[in-house]
Amino acid sequence: MAEAASSLLDSKVPDGPLTEKWDRHRFNMKLVNPANKRKYRVLVVGTGLAGGSAAASLAELGYDVHSVCLQDSPRRAHSIAAQGGINAAKNYPNDGDSIWRLFYDTVKGGDYRSREANVYRLAQVSNSIIDHCVAQGIPFAREYGGTLSNRSFGGAQVSRTFYARGQTGQQLLLGAYSSMMRQVEAGRIKLSTRKEMLDLVVIDGVARGIVTRDLVTGKFDTFAADAVLLCTGGYGNAFYLSTNAKASNVTAAWRCHKRGAFFANPCYTQIHPTCIPVAGDYQSKLTLMSESLRNDGRVWVPKKTGDHRPASEIPDDERDYYLERRYPAFGNLVPRDVASRAAKERCDEGYGVGSTEKAVFLDFRDAINRDGEDVIRAKYGNLFHMYQKITAENPYQVPMRIYPAVHYTMGGLWVDYNLESTVPGLFVLGEANFSDHGANRLGASALMQGLADGYFVIPYTLGNHLASCPLPKVDTDHAAFGEALEQAKGRIDSLLAVNGKRTVESMHRELGAIMWDHCGMSRNAPGLGQAVDKIRALREEFWSNVKVMGSGESFNQNLEHAGRVADFLEFGELFAADALNREESCGGHFRDEHQTEDNEARRDDENFAYVAAWQFNGVGENSTLHKEQLAFDHVPLATRSYK
Amino acid sequence: MSETLSLTLKIWRQPSAGERGNFGIYYLEGISTHMSFLEMLDVLNEQLIAQDEEPVAFDHDCREGICGMCGVMINGQAHGADTETTTCQLHMRRFNDGDTIVIEPWRAKAFPVVRDLVVDRSSFDRIIQAGGYVSVNTGNAQDGNALPVPHDDAEASMDAAACIGCGACVASCKNASAILFTSAKVSQLALLPQGKPERKQRALKMVAAMDLEQFGSCTNTYECEAACPAGISVENIARLNREYLCAAATSK
Repeated sequence: MAEAASSLLDSKVPDGPLTEKWDRHRFNMKLVNPANKRKYRVLVVGTGLAGGSAAASLAELGYDVHSVCLQDSPRRAHSIAAQGGINAAKNYPNDGDSIWRLFYDTVKGGDYRSREANVYRLAQVSNSIIDHCVAQGIPFAREYGGTLSNRSFGGAQVSRTFYARGQTGQQLLLGAYSSMMRQVEAGRIKLSTRKEMLDLVVIDGVARGIVTRDLVTGKFDTFAADAVLLCTGGYGNAFYLSTNAKASNVTAAWRCHKRGAFFANPCYTQIHPTCIPVAGDYQSKLTLMSESLRNDGRVWVPKKTGDHRPASEIPDDERDYYLERRYPAFGNLVPRDVASRAAKERCDEGYGVGSTEKAVFLDFRDAINRDGEDVIRAKYGNLFHMYQKITAENPYQVPMRIYPAVHYTMGGLWVDYNLESTVPGLFVLGEANFSDHGANRLGASALMQGLADGYFVIPYTLGNHLASCPLPKVDTDHAAFGEALEQAKGRIDSLLAVNGKRTVESMHRELGAIMWDHCGMSRNAPGLGQAVDKIRALREEFWSNVKVMGSGESFNQNLEHAGRVADFLEFGELFAADALNREESCGGHFRDEHQTEDNEARRDDENFAYVAAWQFNGVGENSTLHKEQLAFDHVPLATRSYK
Repeated sequence: MSETLSLTLKIWRQPSAGERGNFGIYYLEGISTHMSFLEMLDVLNEQLIAQDEEPVAFDHDCREGICGMCGVMINGQAHGADTETTTCQLHMRRFNDGDTIVIEPWRAKAFPVVRDLVVDRSSFDRIIQAGGYVSVNTGNAQDGNALPVPHDDAEASMDAAACIGCGACVASCKNASAILFTSAKVSQLALLPQGKPERKQRALKMVAAMDLEQFGSCTNTYECEAACPAGISVENIARLNREYLCAAATSK
């Protein structure tokens, strides 16, 4: 893996004190004259929190926005499934929160692998997000006096999380969606649904458009623009089983990567400890249950391996409350990554419960005995109901069974402080970029980042790009559009032409198993090497033996899925290479070789306090590593301990 | 209950909007009772591909009951027989060995079939587009706590805001009325002070959009409430009617 000069990676963090960078930058950036804004066409791909908020805000400013999504309506984007809440530094509860504390907690929670200036800006704009969402009519939880409610979330020591029951993501997304639809009505957003972006068009080194395929008719279209905003979410479905929606994919980001956008920290994956375990080999999707359950539930496995007695028949002295045993200070409330690894370790050692032995108990018996069933029902009733619906077990009577699942990807396309990728004119927002969460995301921070990017960052930084970059008029007759269009069509034709024996689904499952076994909660060099070999072999098999039904000129979900799996099969290799390169453990990335005597993560700040941004050199070729060195001038580097 | 089921499926097959459709009959064996309904369809599709047949098209995405993408008529009931359950959250343990299950797309003029079980619900987007928002630009807002909202109003607004936009209300209504969907959005905003300045235009415009899309009228049979996976109450319809009447009587 050759290394290139890091001069390619200019983070463009403005000068000045941390607390003044964003204000100064907003003043120094160029503006687009209000009358000229309508002359700029901006393509926004994806309509989740980042894409929806960006499309709405830019249209309000007067830009000519074209929004594209692959679902049947912008309201379906997977942001809708976020449960817990959204953080902001309002300090309404008067419990000591501040912009500085939210900044500090986020850098520390990210295990010191994020960019300080970005995180500070995120904390700064967090309060404006809440104000705007309230103004949109989002029914946040309220106190009896009419003020906004807050709760503590994800182990934070202050209550800074705003929420709308367990459906905060839904309500925030519908708020962004309603603002978008207002602009559709006003004629300032052109909306294209059921269209999938299949390529980025780059002219003279600048992003100038996209190629899409209409998922209903199979028709290809090209769109020219003055800037492209990629807001297409994360890549957790590389693991096949994840908490992501079924259509979540890496395709749009990966095509941009192939056109020159560097991919940063792909190995940073968050594996959430409290998900409903896999029940059988037909399983298509994993369901998350809020980690607030660990506030009252006790996690345990039997002390004997292969103990299949019902939980109620296992006496206390034959139970191993392993989190309480190993982490007496934090007990069941250790961070997500620590809890996930511990569950995997117990199951790998043969202590797992349930028919698959890939689960641990989360037991509310003691909490119910202490507080009464009504109190527990009031706190967690909806979660218990959901659990019962899926498993047909009553968690008031028997312990829940839980197991970790892939939930969120911190890595993504590399962006500078302006959210611009290494391809000028291509901006990346939300989960699709790598920017603010470092190696681990804190609870209730994903919603904050998606909306910060769309409502309060891109409206400024996009204007600066448009006003400073010469943008000669291009239209879709340009040769670059024709070339990208032919490539996209060719790829669809190739998928249909293989005409082999194996289904797309079976190959996606196989890729997921490789990723889970070798690139999951703990990784090591031999395993990652094997992963690369296995993914390459599977990719070869895919292109010689996949069976895709139907035609390209129709509504063909099998073909859509095939295209996405083909991209995951290229992306998975980069994921493994990044994990192999990062010879340390940090946040969601745990290398067996780099742990303390107590099996905790051991960071290597001297050698790895950098962002790994990868440049594409061809399918199956080694990518080139570019480093962005990270400096921690305001949050002192420290080791996390939960003993 | 047996651990696995043998099933006969009668599924609506229609290659595209403009072509005629018909029921296809399929047989499945060894379906685990722990599977979700959509996982059962996944198994069917793998079987169909193995037999060189085109898989059944159906919409789905989050598979946890919140995105509103999935939804089919199961034995004549929208999302099947369970209450407050989306198709993706329905599990096969609710069926018996040997059952025949009839699976159809949502049926409404305003929801044309795209393919098989997939319909076009963009008419819902156009209803929202007509007025389902507060006209506030990014950057306009005052402090979030400057506008107190009584706890119970916020809760009632949230009850209405929980709508997932799946279309089960339309599919279950004999008139294919979209009034439960429309009333949920009107109610959410009518119950909050933020929604007050535009409440008249909102009710008038959204009802007009609903008519334009050729959804039917409401005759108060409440099938919509029974089918709704998000528990949206018909009280919202009464509230919409009040909002609409008040706006119509007092508008210029």
